[in-house]
Formats: sequence, C-alpha cells, structure tokens
Amino acid sequence: MHNVIYILRRELSQYLRSPMGYIIIAAVLAIDGLLFNAWAVGEGQRRSGEVLEMFFYLTSGPTLLASIFIAMRLIAEERQTGTLVLISTAPVRDYELVLGKFLGALTFLSAMTAMSVYMPVLVMLHGKVSLGHVLVGYLGLILLGAAALALGLLCSAVAPNQLIAAILGAAVITVFVLLWLLSRIASPPLETLLGYLSIHDKHFRPFMRGILSVQDVVFYLSLVYVALVATTRVLEARRWR
Amino acid sequence: MIEAENVTKYYGPHAAVRDLSFKIAPGEVVGLLGRNGAGKTTTLKILSGLLLPTCGRVHIAGLDMQREPEAVRARIGFLPERPALYPEMTVAEFLVFAAHIKGLHGNVRAAVERVAASTDLCEVLDERIDTLSNGYQRRVAIAQAVVHEPGLILLDEPTSGLDPVQIVHMRKLILKLRRKHTVLVSSHILGEIHQLCDRIFVLEQGRIVGVGTEEELARQVSASMKLSVEVRGGRAALEAVLRQTKTVQHFAIDGEHDGRVEATLELAGDERAELARALVQADLGLLRFERVHLELENIFLKLTSGEAGASLVSAKETAA
Repeated sequence: MHNVIYILRRELSQYLRSPMGYIIIAAVLAIDGLLFNAWAVGEGQRRSGEVLEMFFYLTSGPTLLASIFIAMRLIAEERQTGTLVLISTAPVRDYELVLGKFLGALTFLSAMTAMSVYMPVLVMLHGKVSLGHVLVGYLGLILLGAAALALGLLCSAVAPNQLIAAILGAAVITVFVLLWLLSRIASPPLETLLGYLSIHDKHFRPFMRGILSVQDVVFYLSLVYVALVATTRVLEARRWR
Repeated sequence: MIEAENVTKYYGPHAAVRDLSFKIAPGEVVGLLGRNGAGKTTTLKILSGLLLPTCGRVHIAGLDMQREPEAVRARIGFLPERPALYPEMTVAEFLVFAAHIKGLHGNVRAAVERVAASTDLCEVLDERIDTLSNGYQRRVAIAQAVVHEPGLILLDEPTSGLDPVQIVHMRKLILKLRRKHTVLVSSHILGEIHQLCDRIFVLEQGRIVGVGTEEELARQVSASMKLSVEVRGGRAALEAVLRQTKTVQHFAIDGEHDGRVEATLELAGDERAELARALVQADLGLLRFERVHLELENIFLKLTSGEAGASLVSAKETAA
C-alpha cells in the first residue's frame, strides 16, 4: 500500500501546483453559488429542507462535470507525456497505480465539494434542517463523484489522449445519468436494469432528501469497484500489446 | 544478469523482434546496435517489463520476468529515449518520488543526495524540472534510473537530442555507471557504442545478426586478414612478390612517391610471418607492416547488409 500513498500524494501535489486544479475549483464553486442563489433560494418561499434538497440536486451537475475534467488526465496525460513508463517500469502493481490515482482524484474532488459547505450552513442558520441531512447529502455528492471519477478513469486508461478521454468520459457518464429515460421506454426486465444502473435519478435522490440507504451506497461502491478493476485490466493488457 | 530465451514480440502481424536469445554477465556494458526500427527499443521495453514478449522468456538476476515482475522491476533502472519526468516537480521531489516507487524505503534523502552527487545535479536539486536545460533533464532521468542502486540499467538512446558538449558529459556519466552496474545501452550511433561498450549485439529486422567485441565481430564478417604495407623499392618488385606469395588473396597499390610504395592486401589467414619473410628476401626495404582493423561502421554495414563472410577490399578503411 506504500505505492498507493506515494501516487496519491503526487496526484494531489500536481493539482495544487497546476492552474488546472484552481480553475476547476473556482469554476465549480462559482456555478454552485450561482445555481444556489438563482434556483435553490431564489424562487419564492420554500421550506428549508426543500432548499437543501434543491442545493444538492443543483450541485450534483457541476460535481459530475468536474469529475470528467479531473479524471480525463489521470492516465491519458501520463501516457501522452511518457511518464507512465516511469511507473510501469517500477515495482508498482497496476492496481496500486489505479487506486493511487483514483484516491488522489477523489480526495481533491471531496475537498472541492466540501468548499461549498457555506451554502448548507446558511440554510441551517436561517432554517430548520438537520446536520444529518447535510452530511448525507454530501456523502451522496461524494459517492456520485466517486462513481463518475471511476468511470472517467477507465475512459482515461482506454483513450490515447486527454481530449478523447474527456469526450469518452462525458459520453459514458451522460449515458449513465440518462439511463432512467431509456428505462421508461424499455420493456421489462431491461426497464428495471436500466433504471437501476442510472447513477443519478435512482440512487442520488434519496441522499438529496437526507435519506441514507445502504442499497444506494452499495450501488455506488460496486460501480466504483467494477470500473477500477476494469481500469486495472486495461493497464495490464497494454503490456501484451 | 540477463538471460533471454527465444524472445519474440509481435505488434499485430509484424514481428518487432524474433527469437532473441542471449546472456549478459553481471558488470558487463553491452551495446545494442541497430538501425531505426531494428528492434532495439522493443528489446529494452521487454527487458524493462514494460512489454511482455509474445513468446519466449526473460530472466533477470535469476528471476522470471513473467512470474515475478515486481521483483524483477525492482532490480532494473530504465532510461527511456524520451525522458519520463514530471515537469512541475523539483529535481529533489522527483528523485524522492522515484526512489519511493522503486521500493526504497530507508534513508531516501541520503540516496537522493548520493545520486545527485554522482550525476552532478546537486546545484539544481531545488529547481523545477521544466526550468532545466535538455542536458540536465537527461541527467535527472538517469538519476531516477539509478537512485535505487539497481543491478541492471537499461539506456535507450541516452544521448538522443543532446548537443555535442552534453553528449560528452552524458557519455562520461554512463562510463561512471559501468563500475557498479550491468548496463545495456541501445544506440544507432556507432562511436557511442565503440566508446562505451565491452560487447555489442547487432540487431537487424528484429534479429541478432552479430554478437561479440568489435574484434570478434570483425572476424565474424571476414575470416581473412587485411594488412597495410609500405616498402622502399619499385612498384613492379612489390607487385611481383605479392603475386608470388600464395597467402595473398588480393592486393591494391595505394600510392607511390619518393621511391616508396604503399599497398593494402588481404591474406587468407594469419600468414603475416610468411609474407614478411618474402618481402625481406626480395630485398624490399620494409618500412611499415600493420594490420588494418575494420571500423565498427564497416562491421555494422557488413552485418546488416548480409554480406558477412564476403571478402573485403576497401581502400577507404583506415589503419587502426
């Protein structure tokens, strides 16, 4: 596990040293703030619980978008710049590389997401919402972001460069978000399957409402696991090419 | 240190290397010589664990590359042709990171200071890599390859893209490594291989077409011996002696001036004593009598053009 920590630390230091990290944080916080002001609190009278639910709903969009931008470079950039050779010829197992990259990106995404906490705090100060609702909402955001990061990481491992990784990641994540629409026109049992795989509609809404469901947590963790295993296999396969 | 058995690597239908089998002893400095596309980089990628061979086996330090890849990679330092560096890191941070992922967990700082001293990087340890010159970046790349004191160092075109001064520095640096490590260096620059290596593998179209020291390779491409002689006397007298001496296969008169005649000739075997006797007995004043060694360039051309064994008559070859 030492290698996972070394790679995680390097990933985090890269975000903090490159303008990309700050640009993503600034853009996401600006969009979160605008959406919160314009829709969550801006449309007539609402109960504070509804405002908080709307905040988590609106924040999930920028979180997914940020995940695509963070994930696109994880492997593809290393391949483009040739630094993947450094790690691939070191005694680092492929799963350690994947886990280190993923956890580094997730730490950055979680820190960025946590920076929006002033908005729920404002709702708490001026209304009646429980701390549990806030914590569950943030857990949902982080799980949603983790799933998107894992899918984006897989796309980054498959793609030859960052641009294609971003396009592929955006396409895959959009499909996973919109699966609920497909489930409406599909017939059983496909309808149930597509609805279940929808990463936002089916599994994120309970978190928005402050409901912690083990099933939804397991869904996100399973999706992350499958995507990370697939990424590891992609990296292993490249040695055979 | 390295044992490769029938290593073959296909990229789709194209075989980049075929049936490579060789052994390299600990402490040897071996050159992989070949044209672009001959399979040098693929060979190094397989030995570094970056690629797995389509068939065949590689053992490094007695360990099977496919069964114990991490243990093997811990014993290797690899310098790719394009240096693998993180530009936003300082040299010290980069070397610490490299040492960590290569399995060095003890006194990493001391290891970094030691490798920085041996690669002349002490003065730039706190500078960002993207602010360094190309030559310094190459040194950082070499430093990352040796920071964990590997038994085997693989260098792929180590002087590629460097200016002449940087090339000299880089070669000195590689010569320093030979004392402690087994080194396999790939290059298409003949002078580099000549200066750095104890033994040479010549690759052509993915196959090894020659193995040995320069002298052994010269013998491989030609069993005959080439001599350059200079005598005082007439051209006709010299030609008469050379025609009468059975062991002389070919000869060419290179020049005649001030009563001196120079000739290059080829003997079937090492019959130098017989020829010298014949020249002296003919009362020709023997001024020079020396063996002409084939230059690496000519050996390489012979090996890669499939002319090995053909007779050599080239007035351009210079005397060693």
